[in-house]
Amino acid sequence: MTRADLVVIGAGMVGAACAYYAARAGLAVTVVDRGSVAGGTTGSGEGNLLVSDKEPGPELDLALLSCRLWRDLAADAFEYEAKGGLVVASTDQGFADLKVLAAAQSRAGVQTTTVLPDDLPDYEPHLNPESAGGVFYPQDAQVQPMLAAAHLLRLARDRHGARVETGVTVTGFIRSGDRVTGVHTTAGKIVGENVINAAGTWAGQVASLAGVEVPVLPRRGFVLVTEPLETIVRHKVYAAEYVANVASEAEGLETSPVVEGTRAGTILIGASRERVGFDRTLSIPVLRRLARQAVALFPMLADVAVIRSYCGFRPYCPDHLPVIGADPLVAGLLHACGHEGAGIGLATGTGHLLTQVLTGERPDLDLAPFRPGRFAT
Amino acid sequence: MTFEITFEGRPIPVVPGQTIGAALTAAGIRSWRTTRPAGRPRGLFCGIGICFDCLVTVNDRPSLRACLVEARPGDVVA
Repeated sequence: MTRADLVVIGAGMVGAACAYYAARAGLAVTVVDRGSVAGGTTGSGEGNLLVSDKEPGPELDLALLSCRLWRDLAADAFEYEAKGGLVVASTDQGFADLKVLAAAQSRAGVQTTTVLPDDLPDYEPHLNPESAGGVFYPQDAQVQPMLAAAHLLRLARDRHGARVETGVTVTGFIRSGDRVTGVHTTAGKIVGENVINAAGTWAGQVASLAGVEVPVLPRRGFVLVTEPLETIVRHKVYAAEYVANVASEAEGLETSPVVEGTRAGTILIGASRERVGFDRTLSIPVLRRLARQAVALFPMLADVAVIRSYCGFRPYCPDHLPVIGADPLVAGLLHACGHEGAGIGLATGTGHLLTQVLTGERPDLDLAPFRPGRFAT
Repeated sequence: MTFEITFEGRPIPVVPGQTIGAALTAAGIRSWRTTRPAGRPRGLFCGIGICFDCLVTVNDRPSLRACLVEARPGDVVA
């Protein structure tokens, strides 16, 4: 039996950030994951830290806080790059809509620079010259998400005494009346004052072990990886339609081009969204659409080879907001899940705010919009 | 029944049907490119088209997998 102040279920980016901030605040933390570090959605995304794709509201506030916290943590070890994001409109109407969004974001604290068509090549020399205009977001950044999760877990363990148990499955909760006092696992009991459910797309299953519901569902996304190249894409570059797709309610396939270079020289091409459960079947039509849209944005990609693709399951809730806070029915249980495609970016704010809750501090942001009880009917 | 390709200017014998990676390896050449960050040698690793370690330029076409591309008489490999 292990004793901890806090048990974190999930060694993805969100679990790692929760563990890091809690351990740094002095809590004895044990992290458990049935797989490996970053073995779920964290290892199958792109590592976006974006403020640009969020409309004003609680998620944008969380993104702004998270981006500040990421800057404090910034390290070469996980390829943190404050490269900025460039959102590109293909039509005059799209450009007009984008400028309206940017003005609203600017009032909410986002730095924005309108980029006229003639100035786009200064930002991205290989961009389609037909583009109607864009907005540059200097606060957007990028990390290598698997390295980032591993880095925060390593800091939590080596500097702050946290334990990280991978390959250990949580099989149930230890209860004391209405209170959770730890977890049963395939490697024995872990007794803890509090338990954070950071199981990402699988958080609903973990919640059900405690007899509560968290309506997190999978939204499948594919990413194409090109052969390594010299730097031809300097920023996060995506089409203005991406913002609309992120917030969309549609069941069917949605794609919009998101293109970015990595330290390894490869270019990552996203992003698709489909609600097909946990089906990992490779979809050639989706990959074809991603490739076509990326070429429309950067015509020179037509001559570049794609070397592989991967997919992951973005954990989404019906209102597209994450679930962050104490469970209203089960004392001792907190949730940190449902961040959809923004979990890497929002992880730091999530871990920081939950640590404030656990240590009795007043959270820097109002957590009410993210409260786990909001789905109760 | 062999033919030749050239690798960095030197002739390499090929048995018909061999891939470029197989021919280079049979000729004792185990690496033909280096990694960009650290300059480490790379050649065949998985040998089945998955890892992209064995990339070569063939007749000026870059980034081909040596383990998959069948050698043709006169191919110029770099």
